[in-house]
Amino acid sequence: MHSNELFLKDVAGFLGGYYAAIAIMNGIAALILWQRKHQPVWAVIWTTFACVMMVLGSLALSGSEATVPSLPESVRNLVNTLSGPVNYTVGTTVLLVGFFVYRKFFVQPMVAWSLFNVALLLMGLSMADQNFALIVMKADNVPIVGLVFLLAFFTWVATKQAVVNDERMLRGEPPIEKVNDEKVLVWPDLVYTELICMIAVTAFLLAWAILLPAPLEEPASSVKTPNPSKAPWYFLGLQEMLVYFDPWYAGVVLPSLVIFGLMALPYIDFNKKGNGYYTIAERKFAYLTFQFGFLELWITLIILGTFLRGPNWNFFGPFEYWSPYKVEVLNNVDLPQMFWIGLFDRPLPLAAADSPWYVQIGTILLREAPGLILVGAYLVLLPPLMAVTIFRRYYAKMGLIRYMVMANLMLLMLSLPLKMILRWTVNLKYIVSIPEISLNF
Amino acid sequence: MAIGETIRNSQIWKSIFRHPMPLDRRNRIVVMLTNFFLHLHPVSIKKQGIALSFTWCMGGVTFFLFLVETVTGVLLMFYYRPTLEWAYNDILALRDVTSLGILRELHRWGAHAMVITTWLHMYRVFLTGSYKPPREFNWVIGVILLLLTLLLSFTGYLLPWDQLAIWAITVGSNMARATPLLGYEGPGQQLLTIGGLDMITDGSDARFGLLGARFVGEETLNRFYVLHCIAIPLAVALLLAIHFWRVRKDGGISGPL
Ligand code: HEM
Repeated sequence: MHSNELFLKDVAGFLGGYYAAIAIMNGIAALILWQRKHQPVWAVIWTTFACVMMVLGSLALSGSEATVPSLPESVRNLVNTLSGPVNYTVGTTVLLVGFFVYRKFFVQPMVAWSLFNVALLLMGLSMADQNFALIVMKADNVPIVGLVFLLAFFTWVATKQAVVNDERMLRGEPPIEKVNDEKVLVWPDLVYTELICMIAVTAFLLAWAILLPAPLEEPASSVKTPNPSKAPWYFLGLQEMLVYFDPWYAGVVLPSLVIFGLMALPYIDFNKKGNGYYTIAERKFAYLTFQFGFLELWITLIILGTFLRGPNWNFFGPFEYWSPYKVEVLNNVDLPQMFWIGLFDRPLPLAAADSPWYVQIGTILLREAPGLILVGAYLVLLPPLMAVTIFRRYYAKMGLIRYMVMANLMLLMLSLPLKMILRWTVNLKYIVSIPEISLNF
Repeated sequence: MAIGETIRNSQIWKSIFRHPMPLDRRNRIVVMLTNFFLHLHPVSIKKQGIALSFTWCMGGVTFFLFLVETVTGVLLMFYYRPTLEWAYNDILALRDVTSLGILRELHRWGAHAMVITTWLHMYRVFLTGSYKPPREFNWVIGVILLLLTLLLSFTGYLLPWDQLAIWAITVGSNMARATPLLGYEGPGQQLLTIGGLDMITDGSDARFGLLGARFVGEETLNRFYVLHCIAIPLAVALLLAIHFWRVRKDGGISGPL
């Protein structure tokens, strides 16, 4: 408890400024709504909210346990017990799908602004928790907090315009970008925008550099391994994949596929519509595939790997102390074991050590037959099967090579969520495991 | 006013700027054509192409951050020696001894910001479908730029030579040891033998190539330093030139037909 009081004294100044900033922001918003948009009701709502934030800010400045606004202990404990890789992934997926399905509702400025304020408020309340603050305020983690808010903001900006354009095009009108196609001179219109951007970025960077010192730990020592050892944050999605796959796949093959897939994207997407304006309706498949890969498989895994993975890469709730002694029982099984031992109650096929090489190889193949057949069917049978069923139209338009590249990239991308689900449901470790040539999948 | 006029009419000023002050339409066009820095731009542009809500200015901000990194990076190079003996101490001194000690902060946060803005730029290009013909290849160049941006950040991460640095690089580069066939713990490397001799060992595999050694050590520091300060920035500069050139040649910022 004593350390908690010290901690609260430490963050009091920050929290006070934080709430004050929210209050000022809402004050400005209220002013704009009142004067320019003539929405007095909303102006009153946000003024009230700003006042509440001012009160919270002064309470936070006290720095005492009794008054600093925070989430109740019980709520924090509940969040900790509820969170885990499964709930986290399912939760974020439900959230993203919800945002997508009800996008017309969520892009309304006042709805988005309310959500933004709720997020800021929750963030402030959580920041009064020592364990939460310790991880989130780690200097190198601060950019990811920024990334999350920036992504939310720009996703809103893009979706809003897409929704407007989709409605316009439904009515047979051109997208809004088309209306705006009169020509202007680059000097002054663009040159000045660029100048202002440069000044803004410089000011922002200077403020950031003055407020937040760059981290510097103890001098490098090749014998003292920190726990957890983490890659730089932008690679933590890949490091998270190591939970489900061996390094050759998670660390080498998948990242190469991401790069290759991105490069291949313009040649795969044969849809001529949606070139040069925001739209979702005209390119739903490409949109959803990209968002699934980017927001769901890349960004949410980075957040998970950064904020929720602690010592020994164990999962920790957002308000949980990162204890190095936390033990997670792992009893994962390989598919061959499930098949031969679990299903047929027989030992794994094993060749005598002195048998000739073809017997050895044959036995390995027999042992791994269930996995090899599954993987083979997935990668070899599914693409043609999909070509005559769900992707019939696509196949006809794309031709063989283009289609095969797309189908295989899709399937390989989906291998990650599939493996996750198999791990969570049946504790599957490897589908194919040939330690003889270090090949585990 | 008069002083300003005198300066603008002086021989020196006129020799530097090849055009008069762009106050009227004619000169606003001339300035774009005759100034080295401005001639990257077209003279006129569709209004929607410069709308902040359309481009988010993210490509421009990324480029500006690259320039900031170049300048602060050069300044850092004055202070920093990439050797086991000095690397860490030089970084310490940058904080404690050097006046205006936020150089390192500017460089580090600028680097993080550049990774983020590159992603946002890609996100916007995707969401506006701007990778569609005729801009397919510029997207491909963009993807390479994205990869190089990450590598720039990754190689720079090692240079402070503290615990954070070497272990992040160790974790990251351990992946290379699992490269199929070419890493000594990778699948199938056992198959690459000549006359019973292993070709792929911890002294000859992909990770060794990356680190210049069997573990992250002085050779790695040197290797990453050269990559970080010279090789990758040069590659980025070249690709950026092509990227911008292609933006112009592909018809400027995309828009509905
Ligand atoms: C070092 C990183 C990069 C820099 C400095 C950069 C810079 C720029 C700039 C200044 C523009 C002009 C329009 C704008 O600002 O949006 C642009 C356009 C473009 N960029 Fe990048 N870029 C980078 C990385 C990327 C990446 C990662 C991609 C995609 C994967 C990409 C693809 C494109 C495409 C296709 C255009 C044309 C867009 C259009 O016409 O609307 N670039 N880039």
